[in-house]
Parts: sequence; structure tokens; C-alpha cells
Amino acid sequence: MSDWARVPGYVSHRDGPEMPTVTIEAGRIREACEHARDELGFNVCVDVVATDYLGWGGKGVSGYIGTASGRDLMRPMTQGLQALPELKPKRFSVSYHLLALQQGAPRARLQCWVDEGEHVPSVVEVWPTCDWHEREQYDLMGIVFDEHPNLERLLMPEDWEGHPLRKDYPIGGEPVRFSDEQ
Amino acid sequence: MSATVSPTTTRRWPVVADGQYEGSRIPSRVPTILDVPAELRDSEDVLQVNFGPNHPSTHGVLRLIVDLHGEEVVGVEAVIGYLHTGFEKSMESKTYWKDVTFPERIDYVGYQNNELVFVLAVEKLLELEVPTKAKWMRMLLCELNRIHSHLVFLGTSALELGAISMFWYCFRERETILDLFELVTGQRMHTRYFQIGGLAEDIPQGFYPECRKFVELMPRALDDYKGILDRNEIWLERTQGVGVLSADDAIALGQTGPNLRASGVDWDLRRDQPYLHYDQVDFHVPVYPNGDVYDRYRVRMDEMAASTNIVRQCLDKLERMDAMPWIADDRKVVLPPREELHTSMESLIHHFKIVTEGFRVPEGEIYVAVESPRGESGCYLVSDGGPKPWRIHFRAPSFAALEATATCLENTLVADLIAVVGSLDAVMGDTDR
Repeated sequence: MSDWARVPGYVSHRDGPEMPTVTIEAGRIREACEHARDELGFNVCVDVVATDYLGWGGKGVSGYIGTASGRDLMRPMTQGLQALPELKPKRFSVSYHLLALQQGAPRARLQCWVDEGEHVPSVVEVWPTCDWHEREQYDLMGIVFDEHPNLERLLMPEDWEGHPLRKDYPIGGEPVRFSDEQ
Repeated sequence: MSATVSPTTTRRWPVVADGQYEGSRIPSRVPTILDVPAELRDSEDVLQVNFGPNHPSTHGVLRLIVDLHGEEVVGVEAVIGYLHTGFEKSMESKTYWKDVTFPERIDYVGYQNNELVFVLAVEKLLELEVPTKAKWMRMLLCELNRIHSHLVFLGTSALELGAISMFWYCFRERETILDLFELVTGQRMHTRYFQIGGLAEDIPQGFYPECRKFVELMPRALDDYKGILDRNEIWLERTQGVGVLSADDAIALGQTGPNLRASGVDWDLRRDQPYLHYDQVDFHVPVYPNGDVYDRYRVRMDEMAASTNIVRQCLDKLERMDAMPWIADDRKVVLPPREELHTSMESLIHHFKIVTEGFRVPEGEIYVAVESPRGESGCYLVSDGGPKPWRIHFRAPSFAALEATATCLENTLVADLIAVVGSLDAVMGDTDR
């Protein structure tokens, strides 16, 4: 499982405490997934998850949600963690958690990076289970998967505006139906 | 100490026996939708029916749009999201120790297991060592929770097929388990007993004898259930050969847990990727080859027996650990003991800091998976080094299970639909999060 450089679109990889993370060019993620399934034996795609890194490394405020100007917990201080987080190449990461049904349960995370407006090829034809996983990430994070057979909202209502898990989407910002203000 | 056989050494490879791959037969271009066949598409005999979202046998708020041709199911689309509560977004705005309450409410039947996966993920990022007593107790509660979850499955799915008495028998034993949870944690459901670093409280006096009673009672109860169902003609007719999922399809559709094992795939994370102390207990992993509703029922029945066995082994260990610590001794993460707050300034400060600001978790991303009653329950966690998770995502086994409805419902009748949906054992809270 170590020969990651042969994966199509390979950029870099690093080992983690639970599985290696292999960075792939966003446009070639489908080829990389096919390679992982057919050559490396990762027969299950457990999960697809996108992360929004907007504002990464900025202020970290603890306490009540409403106090955006509260005490900055991310400032290097005399106690706690000193380093500021490492900067990310683009705004969104899309991670594919793979599992091989073999001895030792090898796992790997294929990861690609996209900015707002950039698309990722769909891997539904590689693993049919990714149908709903990709729809969920489209719905909640706004990642567009090209050639997905049915890319619609999954968890939120069809006419919902915005993608709730993005960092610029406010919590508690949606209007409450039948409240006094309406 | 009794001789323990590590279950991994007795395991057979590969995961699927020869001759059980029959090729994938996922019916349509969109894997989660069963398309109406072309010759029936314009027919006036096809009736579109809404099954749910408020149908009692959907175990929550699942909506199935079913196309019926007479009694045959010719098209299905599952619509989910009616129970979406934005847990992942809410958790991003709370500190880690407050977040522990959230995962339990995601899968509200298998709550201890969901709590465990979150706590394990944070502990792994913190590189925090958990005392062995806490690990054994977590295992014990998770196995009790697995039995509880399977009892809810068995009671409700038998009820839907007309075996009303099963429901009462299952919920009788379920009450006993909930009483045990109440004894340990003060709560019957959503116990919040696992703390980052160990357990929230020491195990109370009187728990072990009560739990022993349950361990003695459970095998007899299982015999009762088998007596009601295993030779029941109606039950067999309605479950055998219904809703078949081949091994190939199950893997392609990302099935895990009992649904995967009922399709003949020999895979269990407790044995194949052990966490806690699962490598030190001996237990049987049931696998059945047919992939129908009946096999899913049999896998869960056998799992209840296996879990009872694990609970017994955990009790044997725990009864000799009375004076041992139940939570890690790391004052930067774990709340100080209550009695110290009155006498020690440092403890008071630590308590105040952890409660108001939370503790910081080192930067990194992690994915941790456990075998929940429904399959692989995973937690993906990204930390930026602050006291709140940057991104948290739960890999929900019910979500994947419902993706298989279209494939399972090919060539079935409308009455089987209820049996099939019940047998996939999806919890809507887990699916929608």
C-alpha cells in the first residue's frame, strides 16, 4: 500500500495516526479512485466529506456564539498551543475515506483541493455508495461533482438557499416560520 | 485469568467465501433509485404512492416514493432529510467537552456507540491515554447498547409483520437494559457517561450484581424469541428470500455491520480493526450467506448472544478493578475531582478554564470508526488547534443502509417493502443528522 506515487494525479502524501492522506489533483480524482479500487484493493468507499477552510488560522473565540469580538483563544500565549495552524492550499478539501476488506483493515484518505466555483469529477461509477455521499456534500457544502447522475439537494429542502456547513453561513440565521416577525 | 482466545487468530480470509460473488445487479443508472421499466412508464396501471414520511413502520420520517404495478413494486426513490437537525454545524460552535452530548442524539438507539466514536476521535488527536478500567466499562456499555438496539429492531420489525407479542417481550428485556443504564449514569437514554479521558463517574456500587442478573437472563430470553419466531410459518414466509442483497452489491453500496454480514461478508471492525480491548475478548461473529430479510434477522439474533458473552467477560475483568482510576490524570483536559475545588486554587482554575474556554486539541485531521449496532460508525474531525472542532462529520451507517433500498426492493411486492425497510434497521436521526 506504500507506492502512492503511482496513483494518477498524485501530488503528495503524509502518514497520519490512523491512515495516510494522499493529495490528488482535483481533476483526476476519478482515475485515482479507480486505481485505488482496482490496483490497491480498496473495495469500500466509506465516506466522502468536504471541509471549508475559510478563515482558517484566524481568531478562535470561545464562549457565547454572539460574542464575535470575545477573547482570541488562538493567539500564541504562554500556555497551551503555541503554533498557528498550517495554511491550506485552497478553500475546500474533499476527502474520500477508503477501506480495504483485508487483513489489517488498511485505510487511506484521498484528498483533493478546490476553490469556490471549481468542480470535482464524480466517483459514483467507481463506488455506487458515493451517490448520496456526494449529494450530501453538494447540499451542505456546495461542492459540485461533475457527471453525477442525480446531483440534487439531499438533506435540505429542494428550494433552500445557501450551503449550511460553509463557514460564511451563519448559525441561527434562518428565518423562523410562523414567528411574530413574519 | 481465563485463557482468552484472540478472535483475530481464528478468522478466515478472504472476507467472502468462494462462489458467493454473483456480480453486481444494481438496477439503474442512479444507484439509489429504482427506475420504472420503460414498457411500464406510460402505462395507466402504474400507481405512484407516498410511503411516509409519517408511516409507523419507517421508524422515523423516511419517505419512499413507490411506483406500484398491481402489487408489484416497480419503482422506488427514498427521500430523506426530514430529521436533519444540523448536528455537524452546531457542534462546530461548541467546545469539545460540551459536544459530547450531541453524537448520542444522532443515532438515538445506538447512542453509547456514537458517543464512543466521538470521544475516541478527540482522544486520538490529544494522544490521551485512557485508563484500562474505563476501556472495559466502555466496552461493556457499548455491548449492552448493541443488545438494546437489536431488541428495538427485533421488536418493531416483528410487530410490523404481525407478531405483536414479540414487541412486548423485546421491550421487557430492553427495560432491564435501560434500568442498568440508569443505575450507572442516572439516565436511561443519552447517558453522556463517556468523558474525554475516560468515564464521567466511577462505576456505582451494586452495578455488577445487577448486570450479572441480566447476563443470566438474556440467553433464556433469546430462546423465548427463537421459540416464537424460528418455526413460525408466517414469519418464515415473509422473510426468507425477500429483499435479497448480494455480497457484491452490499460492498459496492457501502453496507457495513449486520447488513453486510447477512450478505455473506465476514467483516466486523471489533475483530478486524480492534479498538478498546476487543482484542482481549473472545466472541463469535455471525455470518449468513443469503442476504435476505431472514438472514439479517439471524445475524442480529446471534449478535445479541455474542454481545451477552462479551458483557460477561467485561464483568469478569471489571469486578477486579475496584480501586483503579476511571479517568485519565491530565488536568489540562479532564475536570479535577469535585472535592478538590474547595481546597486547591489550581484545581479551581483548571475547572474554570475547562468549563469556560474548553481545552485545546492539537491541529490535525482524523477519522475514527467503531462497529456500532448498525455498522461502521465513523467520526471525521478537523482541529485547528483551538477549543472547538473546525469541522466534524459523522459517517452514518443508516445513511449507507438506506442507499440499498432500491436494490433490495427489486422484484418485491408492496407487503415486502415493510419487511425490507425494517430489516435494514436504519435510524432516521442517524441518516439525516
